[in-house]
Amino acid sequence: MPATTLDPYMKRDHVAGHTDVERGEKERLIGQVMADSRFGDYLYGCYECGICVAACPSARFYDFSPRRIAQAAARRDIDLMFQQMQEDIWECSQCFSCLRCPRGNNPGGVITIMREVAVKEGLHSAKEALAGYSRIIYKIMSTGTQVSPDMLQPDAFPDWGPEVKDVSENLDLWRRMLPPETMHTTTTGWQVADRTLVELYVIWLETGALDMIAQVDQGIHMILEEIMEEKLEEEGIEI
Amino acid sequence: MSEGAVSVILGKKEKFERSPDRRSEDFHERLFELEAEGELVVQRITGDFVEVPTKYGIMKKIQKSNLWHHKSCGQCGHIPGYSTSIFWLMRKLGYDYIDPEDQTSCTAWNYYASATSNQAAQAAVAVRNFAAAYETGNFPLIHCGTSYGHYKEVRSELLHDAALRQQVTKVLHRLGKQLVLPEEIIHYSEWLYAVRDEISARAVRDVSGVAVTVHPACHYYKLVEGDAIFDPDVYHGQRTAAVSGLVLALGADLRSYSTFFDCCGFGFRHILVQRDFTRSFATLRKIEVMKEEADPDVVLTHDTGCVTALDKSQFAAQAHERNVGVPVMSEAQFAALAMGAHPFKVAQLHWHSTNYRPLLEKMGIDWEAAWAEFQEDAERLKSGGQEFLTWADVDA
Repeated sequence: MPATTLDPYMKRDHVAGHTDVERGEKERLIGQVMADSRFGDYLYGCYECGICVAACPSARFYDFSPRRIAQAAARRDIDLMFQQMQEDIWECSQCFSCLRCPRGNNPGGVITIMREVAVKEGLHSAKEALAGYSRIIYKIMSTGTQVSPDMLQPDAFPDWGPEVKDVSENLDLWRRMLPPETMHTTTTGWQVADRTLVELYVIWLETGALDMIAQVDQGIHMILEEIMEEKLEEEGIEI
Repeated sequence: MSEGAVSVILGKKEKFERSPDRRSEDFHERLFELEAEGELVVQRITGDFVEVPTKYGIMKKIQKSNLWHHKSCGQCGHIPGYSTSIFWLMRKLGYDYIDPEDQTSCTAWNYYASATSNQAAQAAVAVRNFAAAYETGNFPLIHCGTSYGHYKEVRSELLHDAALRQQVTKVLHRLGKQLVLPEEIIHYSEWLYAVRDEISARAVRDVSGVAVTVHPACHYYKLVEGDAIFDPDVYHGQRTAAVSGLVLALGADLRSYSTFFDCCGFGFRHILVQRDFTRSFATLRKIEVMKEEADPDVVLTHDTGCVTALDKSQFAAQAHERNVGVPVMSEAQFAALAMGAHPFKVAQLHWHSTNYRPLLEKMGIDWEAAWAEFQEDAERLKSGGQEFLTWADVDA
């Protein structure tokens, strides 16, 4: 008999697609979600009206429901929340249309916290959801800008039409033809000052944001750590 | 019921304004309280400003000049005509600004996509940028809707969470900076709304025959909704007046559609690694509905992700013979075009995917001649005669 609970929203193990863990481990993970200082401001119970679902783009496309997220969290349903951390949370669009909630809930915000815990704890769902995403993490943490002009390559965006090829072929020239002087760059959106980057690196290190990367991609973490330490050493800054 | 009675009832709802005791919190009280206690510095609005109405009736000040442009990585990286048009409009209207190198991304696109960051890091990135703006004496103007929404979240957290404030202040001290929050967090589309009549007065192209649909950006008016502009004169105050207010001022044919509240489908993570979702939502729930219900010549919006999702998603849908094919751009690009900006040197439409040429023709712009001018400049740069195109070249 597969392990299941009386909760009607719980998926059976073979459907859920993840390994079940001991109750104590679930409590430890969900405990971190609830201990986040934002959690109390994001959840006030649930009327079960479904307004959040009606407004949610992900609910139209996936088997996803912000109402189920809010209800599970409101009931402190540890088993269901653990299951949601393994899958549902990565389907959310983070558009925050669910803030239409008449009760003042913020299911999208609860999901942000659940995702943070999933990343910090290196859950399989986080690694899977972020597969192929590492280059973005590298870009934002090392350069201070997220998407760069040189990312526009036809093999990366084949569904965006032939203009992507035109841009990539003329990239250097077309960037030099932009009147704002800060935008003559190809590897970053704009020219970020060296000193500014140093300050950003201090932030990533001091707040533990860099440590989180080690859980989802050790390779990228090592590269980023090396880049940051070298830069800070040049500047004579000790962390 | 008599016609007169009906009009009395409708007349009562002319202004949907909450009474002061039913409004959401005005963050200014806590902001100035903490300033008085010496916990933070408030960067005040200075010089000329315009007061605009927000969702719950609280007026918001929009500083007109001496602005510090907090750029958007998605705009600068992939839609460079977006940022260029904002700068161009400001130059043409004669307002001073700074385009800083001492600025990072808000990093919120990454945060909402991957959560590979945390509350303290996000807050520290935000206030580092605010401190950088404050040090120049110029007031921050936020280009990206997500940066704007996220910074409002950060502001609320910093105002109400003493432990977070303490942690972030400690990081800032390591950087030699103070904890600074601006008196208002201002999105560029609010600045455009504030100066919409000046833009309209300077318009040189007739857009009265151009049908426009507007996609209001979720992170502009859903995240910390109280700050967003809602004007009784625009859709009776029932949806944000940002973008639509400017479209009306320019005299274009503003058309509504039933899924205006829907997200664009950007999804942050999805646009990068799971685009089947983005493509489906952007075309099925937005573009096709607009086409069927409003038949627009152009879709205007005011955020990085929305322009990207709505513009780039249409190519693949065309292969499936879906009812798509509408140009998408920011209202800043549209306003610049109306004021006579060059479609390629300023609006940079060659970076867009959907076919914008029929729109340009409708606006009376000879796109073939404009493209030839752009190519002429390109040849000059290729031959080494000039390294960069400058504002002087663009205005020539």
